[in-house]
Amino acid sequence: MSFASHYSYWATIVLMVLGLYILIARGNLIKKLVGLSIFQTSVYLLYIAPGKLIGGTAPIIAEQFRIYSNPLPHVLILTAIVVGVATLALGLALVVRIYEAYGSIEEDEIIDRDRKAGQDA
Amino acid sequence: MISEHLPILQVVLPLLAAPLIVLFRHATLAWLLAAAASWCSFVIAVLLFFTVPAGGAFDYALGSWAAPWGIGYRIDSASAYVLVLVSLIASVVVTYARTSIAAEVDRDSHYLFYAMFVLCLGGLLGIAATNDAFNLFVFLEISSLSSYVLIAIGRNRRALHAAFQYLIMGTIGATFYVIGVGLLYLMTGTLNMADMAERLAQVGETRPVLSALAFITVGLSLKIALFPLHFWLPNAYASAPSVVSAFLAGTATKVSVYVLMRFLFSVFGARLSLDALHLFDVLVGLSIAATVAASLVALFQDDLKRMLAYSSVAQVGYITLGIALNNADGLTAAVIHLFNHGITKVALFMLVGGIVLRMGTTRFSDMAGLARRMPFTAFGFVVAGLSLIGVPASAGFVTKWYLVMAALERAHWWLAALVVATSLISALYVWRFVEMAYLREPAGEVRRAEAPLSLLIPAWIMVLACTYFGLETSYSLTGAQEAAAALVRGFR
Amino acid sequence: MSPQAAILAALVLPVAGAAGILLARRRPNLREAVTLSCAAALFGCVLLLLPVVLAGGRPAVTLFQLLPGINFAFRVEPLGMLFALVASGLWIVNSLYSIGYMRANREHGQTRFYACFALALACTMGIAFASNLLTLFLFYEMLTLVTYPLVTHHQDDEARRGGRTYMIYLLGSSMALLLVAIISTWLGTGNVEFTPGGLLGNEFTNGEIGLLLALFVFGIGKAAVMPFHRWLPAAMVAPTPVSALLHAVAVVKAGVFTVLKVIVYVFGVERIAGLSSVDWLPFVAGFTIIAASVVALRSDNLKRRLAYSTISQLSYVVLAAAILAPLSVIGAALHIAAHAAGKITLFFAAGAIYTAAHKTQVSELDGIGRRMPLTMTAFAIGAISMIGLPPAAGFISKWYMLQGAVSGAHWNAVAVIALSTLLNAAYFLPIVYRAFFAKSAAGEAVHGEAPPLMVAALCITAAATVLLFFFPDVPLALARLMMAD
Repeated sequence: MSFASHYSYWATIVLMVLGLYILIARGNLIKKLVGLSIFQTSVYLLYIAPGKLIGGTAPIIAEQFRIYSNPLPHVLILTAIVVGVATLALGLALVVRIYEAYGSIEEDEIIDRDRKAGQDA
Repeated sequence: MISEHLPILQVVLPLLAAPLIVLFRHATLAWLLAAAASWCSFVIAVLLFFTVPAGGAFDYALGSWAAPWGIGYRIDSASAYVLVLVSLIASVVVTYARTSIAAEVDRDSHYLFYAMFVLCLGGLLGIAATNDAFNLFVFLEISSLSSYVLIAIGRNRRALHAAFQYLIMGTIGATFYVIGVGLLYLMTGTLNMADMAERLAQVGETRPVLSALAFITVGLSLKIALFPLHFWLPNAYASAPSVVSAFLAGTATKVSVYVLMRFLFSVFGARLSLDALHLFDVLVGLSIAATVAASLVALFQDDLKRMLAYSSVAQVGYITLGIALNNADGLTAAVIHLFNHGITKVALFMLVGGIVLRMGTTRFSDMAGLARRMPFTAFGFVVAGLSLIGVPASAGFVTKWYLVMAALERAHWWLAALVVATSLISALYVWRFVEMAYLREPAGEVRRAEAPLSLLIPAWIMVLACTYFGLETSYSLTGAQEAAAALVRGFR
Repeated sequence: MSPQAAILAALVLPVAGAAGILLARRRPNLREAVTLSCAAALFGCVLLLLPVVLAGGRPAVTLFQLLPGINFAFRVEPLGMLFALVASGLWIVNSLYSIGYMRANREHGQTRFYACFALALACTMGIAFASNLLTLFLFYEMLTLVTYPLVTHHQDDEARRGGRTYMIYLLGSSMALLLVAIISTWLGTGNVEFTPGGLLGNEFTNGEIGLLLALFVFGIGKAAVMPFHRWLPAAMVAPTPVSALLHAVAVVKAGVFTVLKVIVYVFGVERIAGLSSVDWLPFVAGFTIIAASVVALRSDNLKRRLAYSTISQLSYVVLAAAILAPLSVIGAALHIAAHAAGKITLFFAAGAIYTAAHKTQVSELDGIGRRMPLTMTAFAIGAISMIGLPPAAGFISKWYMLQGAVSGAHWNAVAVIALSTLLNAAYFLPIVYRAFFAKSAAGEAVHGEAPPLMVAALCITAAATVLLFFFPDVPLALARLMMAD
């Protein structure tokens, strides 16, 4: 149980925090989506890595193999990837619409323009 | 027998309606299909509600794959209660939707609206029906993704940014949830909630389990807009089309609360979840902050929809307070408030939809003399508002009764006092509307322009329901009590 | 009609009346006919119940379950009977008066006015007949809500301010204190039914009973015990018929009625008599009596003076109940009827003066008795009743209160009653003196009595005040029955 033997978890945590940081720190909507994707990717890793057994193979039953990796996390993460792609696509579509409506994809500029519009009304 | 397959039909019916609607691409046909799907799922939910055995559950194995391998659906009293709530609100809202979206959504995207609506409904029903933690995540994302679209579908450009905000926050919430589920899976090796609960009892308070609890609680708190994670909600509700505000206010946050309760009480068990992490103190603190702060903010809003949205944040505080109190009455209060607040808020948002249609505005100052222009709308708003306050003979009163009782049972006098004090703040913002609508002279000439009946009738059904369920509590209350018992009992 | 049907009719009739009033909104004469006939029918229904109750019957109806273990139910006992009689009887007279007043002053929104009035009476009947705390609480809150449109009738800034104070005090006190008191009672005893002799057993300690009593007394804001009295003067922005029936009879009496009912049927006079933790109540009530009288003495506005007089008189009821001597509790019940007749007369007179002479201040009333002799004679009778002199009803109730106070050796209470009698005289008699004996100011407009309907109404109530002195049998019998239960 050393630091190195948990390296996949460390990678997960680093990715997770990185993604969240980008989400919070960046005002550009596209960059926010990039951060969101990195954040979600960390979860994929969290699920997949423990499914791997050292020396294990794909779970196709055959005479010569005794150890198999757990297939279930892969299936789950396939689903999660689909969800992630859908989210990203929807997010990008929204950004396109926002750009058409506001002429900007910077959050502070959008809020600023909304405020100005509110004052005019 | 078809009745054996009710649990799956409940979810699949609206999900199947969505692609059909997109194929037909016709506004009226889409409406008919969506309405049929919603009403059918309501009938199914009512059937399930009345047939689910007290103290038991319907188990349904998807594709006949038995539980630990396949995905299992499980309808017990708690999930049946939520199914009825969601499908009831969906049915009333979809009936109302036709006239309302005609005014607020471009005609060529009507069919997309209905497709997203049934998709969202299917997702919400799926969350309540499933017994598989990962399947729940998928349904959560189905309902969330479609609700982002629903919010952004109107003509208001602010809705685009609000939907984007909601997308970011919602995805973070759902991802937190799925991280928590992942940790639980690592510790227990199962995704079936019943098995998970059983094995968690053996694993005990290990650090991964506790962090899973933390991740799931925080993720779901984002979804239910628990203070201070509520910032997405007022923007989303205020800028979305009125139908969407009504639908989401009554269902989306409520279903997420159900999931939170399911995990806290059924999967982790109250002893682990509420004691180990001092969740009681955290939840009580946040609930109080939510009710007080959000009520005060609501009091100073200049927009009717935004006021109602902040009021929703405040009311979520009552629900989580009931959860935190963790006794029979507290949980009953939490469950019945899902229902009571659901119908109340839906009624209010539907009436606001009529105001948007006729007045073209939701600014508070434009509501002067509203009672003369739209007497039935204004009066309905007052009646539903009374339920928001929790005046006797309204649905909100039943919640308050149980919440105060739960607080007193645990000898928290100050909590009981806070509950009543915050309901007085809600009295203030409802009364702000009363004074505006009834006691101010309207600007310009007064023309009687009541909302059309197609909007008024569904809205008034909900308004009357607010009163009915305040007087005749046998269904809503007994159901809530059984649901609370089922949540605590878990999967045994 | 069976007694059960009469109870339901008493609840449904005013609601049906309100519906009828709304339907007849385009034809004022028909609308007023609906009000009057509905009031008469309601009084008839209540009268039907009277012999049953006097004979010892306690007719009851249970409709449905509100919460598990608590029903939406009604049960007529003597105290409720007395309150219902007073309220429904005076509604008839008040309707006559309202018609005169609203038409003479060309008030707007008359349909809403009459409809809300009828609904307020329905709530009052609900309060009078409620058989448990929750049913009573339900109607109590409804009464606040349906009287709000009446208080804000004029829809101007003053009305808005008054209405706000009204709502904040009444809704605030009942939600924050009364509701908690009811729930505590329910948690402690598992029962909220009004029970003769009280429903408290030994669940609560001495200190808890004191706290519970405080929650009840202050939570029942309609009883206007200081410091929860500010709503009553604020409600005076309403048209005078509203002040007369609601804020001298129905609403405020609903408050003291509830206090009385809680003390008699929830706590039980014998259960809490002699407990050290309930000693504070006579002092609070006594303070309210004196303080409100002093404020009344200093107010020049006639309606405001009457409002503070009401606050002080309400606390008589609370004080008499708080002494916990059987005779004084009887006095408290009698005072509900006696004060109602007297105070409604005074308000009627104030409204008649406003309608005929457009005067609202006491200092403007010099010589008005010569121009409005009937009105001011009635006013004098009402004032005598307030002071508690024969031959007016106020004397009888005060007599019983004093007897109870003396028998229980509550010398503080005796002193309070004596002092407040002097104060009452000090703020009422000058008005009567000015009206009849002071010289009118020069250039006074010529006017006579108010419209005949209004004068008739106030003569009837003045006569009732005197008649109650000579024939107090029915109220007295009901009050004694209450103690005998």
